[in-house]
Amino acid sequence: MTPLAASEVAVQLTNITKTFGKVCANQNVSLNVKKGEILALLGENGSGKTTLMNMLSGIYFPDSGQISVDGREVVIRSPKDAFDLGIGMIHQHFKLVDVMTATENIVLGLRGGMNINRAARAKEIKEISARYGFVLDPDKKVYNMSVSEKQTVEIIKVLYRGANTLILDEPTAVLTPQETDKLFEILRNMKNDGKAIIIITHKLNEVLQISDRVTILRKGACVGTVQTREASVKSLTEGMVGRSVNLEIAREKLNQTPDRLRISGLTCKNAEGVKALDGVSFTVRGGEILGVAGIAGSGQKELCEAIAGLYPIESGSILYIHGDKTEELVGLKPAQIVQKGVHTAFVPEDRLGMGLVASLDMVDNVMLKSYRNTKGFLVDRKAPKALADTLIERLEIVTPGTSTPVRRLSGGNVQKVLLGREISSDPAVLVAAYPVRGLDINSSYTVYDLLNEQKKKGVAVLFIGEDLDVLLELCDRLVVLCAGRVSGVVDAAVTGKEQVGLLMTHAGGQAEIDAGAKNANGKGVET
Amino acid sequence: MSATKVAARAHEPFVRIIKKDTISRGRAYMIRALALLASLVAGALLLLALGHNPLPVYRDMVIGAFGSAFVTKETVRIAIPLLIAGLGVALAFKMRFWNIGAEGQILMGAVCATYFALYQYQTLPQALLLIVMALAAMAGGAIWGLIPALFKARWNTNETLFTLMFNYIALECVRFLQYGPWIDPKQRGFPKIAMFEPAARLPKVFDVHIGWIVAVVLVALVYLYLTKSKQGYEITVVGESIPTARYAGMSVSRVFLRTMVISGALCGLTGYLVVAGANYTLSESTAGGVGFTAITVAWLSNLNPIVMVIVAVFIAMLQRGSNTIQTTFKIPLAAADVLTGLILFFMLGCEFFLNYALVIRDGKEKPNE
Repeated sequence: MTPLAASEVAVQLTNITKTFGKVCANQNVSLNVKKGEILALLGENGSGKTTLMNMLSGIYFPDSGQISVDGREVVIRSPKDAFDLGIGMIHQHFKLVDVMTATENIVLGLRGGMNINRAARAKEIKEISARYGFVLDPDKKVYNMSVSEKQTVEIIKVLYRGANTLILDEPTAVLTPQETDKLFEILRNMKNDGKAIIIITHKLNEVLQISDRVTILRKGACVGTVQTREASVKSLTEGMVGRSVNLEIAREKLNQTPDRLRISGLTCKNAEGVKALDGVSFTVRGGEILGVAGIAGSGQKELCEAIAGLYPIESGSILYIHGDKTEELVGLKPAQIVQKGVHTAFVPEDRLGMGLVASLDMVDNVMLKSYRNTKGFLVDRKAPKALADTLIERLEIVTPGTSTPVRRLSGGNVQKVLLGREISSDPAVLVAAYPVRGLDINSSYTVYDLLNEQKKKGVAVLFIGEDLDVLLELCDRLVVLCAGRVSGVVDAAVTGKEQVGLLMTHAGGQAEIDAGAKNANGKGVET
Repeated sequence: MSATKVAARAHEPFVRIIKKDTISRGRAYMIRALALLASLVAGALLLLALGHNPLPVYRDMVIGAFGSAFVTKETVRIAIPLLIAGLGVALAFKMRFWNIGAEGQILMGAVCATYFALYQYQTLPQALLLIVMALAAMAGGAIWGLIPALFKARWNTNETLFTLMFNYIALECVRFLQYGPWIDPKQRGFPKIAMFEPAARLPKVFDVHIGWIVAVVLVALVYLYLTKSKQGYEITVVGESIPTARYAGMSVSRVFLRTMVISGALCGLTGYLVVAGANYTLSESTAGGVGFTAITVAWLSNLNPIVMVIVAVFIAMLQRGSNTIQTTFKIPLAAADVLTGLILFFMLGCEFFLNYALVIRDGKEKPNE
């Protein structure tokens, strides 16, 4: 099929098909990866990338199609089969035992005697680390590790088991730009060592930066494979979406930006008594999108929930200012916040687990916050029904009808229901946590447009994001969180990705970094 | 190429589980009907093993439950407490609050009603006495349901264990009263509580105590409460996701407390109907497992009050019918319990086949039972 000698191809998938119910996750997909090559598997969310790779790593079994490794046709029935064939997958969500050390996690589940012989294992692990450029303390416990270190453990775990083909599922989603660069360096080392690497991603810049070839999936089908050096962001997007897309995000500077939320000294402790937020202070202004950047778990969730009255606050103040109204939100419950006439809307990170009720239909979901507003013992479903119909029409929500459980809608449509409900409450402050996570390009841009629309109406928008490119393009200012503290507030228009990346990993020396940023920019930094 | 494909097939796992798309209502009912049939077949095997021809046994069970006006009334009398207690636990279950303390709530309701029946029957006119007994029973059940809810709301205790243990406390309370303060002096030391005076007995409508009308009204009320009221909506949201309920500004603990008061009150009312409508006295066997069977009723009907009517009557039929087959075939009473268990097993088990299908190696899909 390919003009290459069979020995060069590490893994070949031929006409793989997999269906879940009526949904066809993969349809006749063929691809191959060669030894000493990095293949990017590109596609929007839901295009079947992970499903395809799960079949290669033995988690799913294909309905039809053939897999061959090193030119031999094989059957992969379990993750163990995959390991025996030298295929290892690094999942998006790490599968490590927190209370064990790196070494223990790496050798876990391997055959051997009763004695682990930690010293010998640690030596082997150090050898692997040295060979590819990993930095890892074999005796460190996983719960003490950063996300990037955990990822390193996962990768070494796979290498230790003798994998020649590595699959990485969205490995950069949790990393800072600096950590990403380090990871790519390691991937290149592995490639030079003759390993075959498949990297699943939807970030185009990274595809261009790291891969040799790109295989693009769209709606479960293979669109084609191209040499990376012949590809561009534009051509890849077109392949992914199926038509040309304008990737510009508009950012309009408004003149009127009155302070809307003044957060000062906000400190929250999590269930373990550790400070999740530590003296957080910043201001959210009306008519502006304020982005919140930070490594996952730096306090974003707690910040959002504290503003919404859902997280216990140790100390500090959240002052809401709207016209001549000033309210202190700390100490109020969500219902009390509404009673005080404070119009905050909150699009939580966990859409179906917090923002919506998955098993209820759209009508019951859009009335979630407003059902109390009518008088009497019974629920009035007329107004919510009308609102649901309006939202379907205005936001182009694809659904069989208003009585379909929202769980059955696609990710993008679920988000439109949630965002639509929150926006329709005419908020003065809109908190949106990862509003485009898991959404395809089209839905993402709808969300950006909606947020921009709110900004123009004078709403103060707090946007918690993970993609730095988007944060820098969409937002007016960025607050950078690091380990629960504000490590900097920067003007998004004049700040570079590298700078934000530095702030994301810099907990202690806030002043220093800010000064550095100030020098580099000349302006645009405030604290 | 095709030859290797065949070879590969041979290595495929023998049975694979795949997720089904949502299935049509008709198909879902068909699967449930098949499950019911399968449970009857399994029950038939059991009867065969006991040395009986299953068909006449089943026939006699139905005749024993509905064959005459007398037995039909008896069946309805069994169904009433099952239905009302089922409604009670369904409210809690809808909220994912595992109230398995219906038994205890029934007993406490019965205790409160019995106090008025034994000691206040002369002070009140009959209608008022019966109403006061009902209210007292509901209060008793409500308190017995409220206590675990309070602990759950305040300290997040495990309500399953809590309500279960409360059953035994209630049972011991009844025993204490039966052997001590409320013992009937006329029994000359035999530990029994006196029969209620006629004034404390429920009137009959169509020869069955008035409880069946109460049950029918309650089915409609609970149905409306769950589907049309704000409180019912809150129960649904809390049951589906507590974070969502908090996010929407609901007070989760208040919903817990309020719903458990209603759930307990319905169970308490059940206890009242049993003592004032059927047994005319209070004893250790007043609840007699109704509180546990009510859980079966609630689950088999998928927490739908309307369906609960059918399920309650059906289970009452099994219980009544097994009395008949005990006398005619000498099959132990426990056979009905086994059959109920089998039906529950198959009905709950078939939920799996509503969501998943099994694929046998040759590639044919088979949503088998």
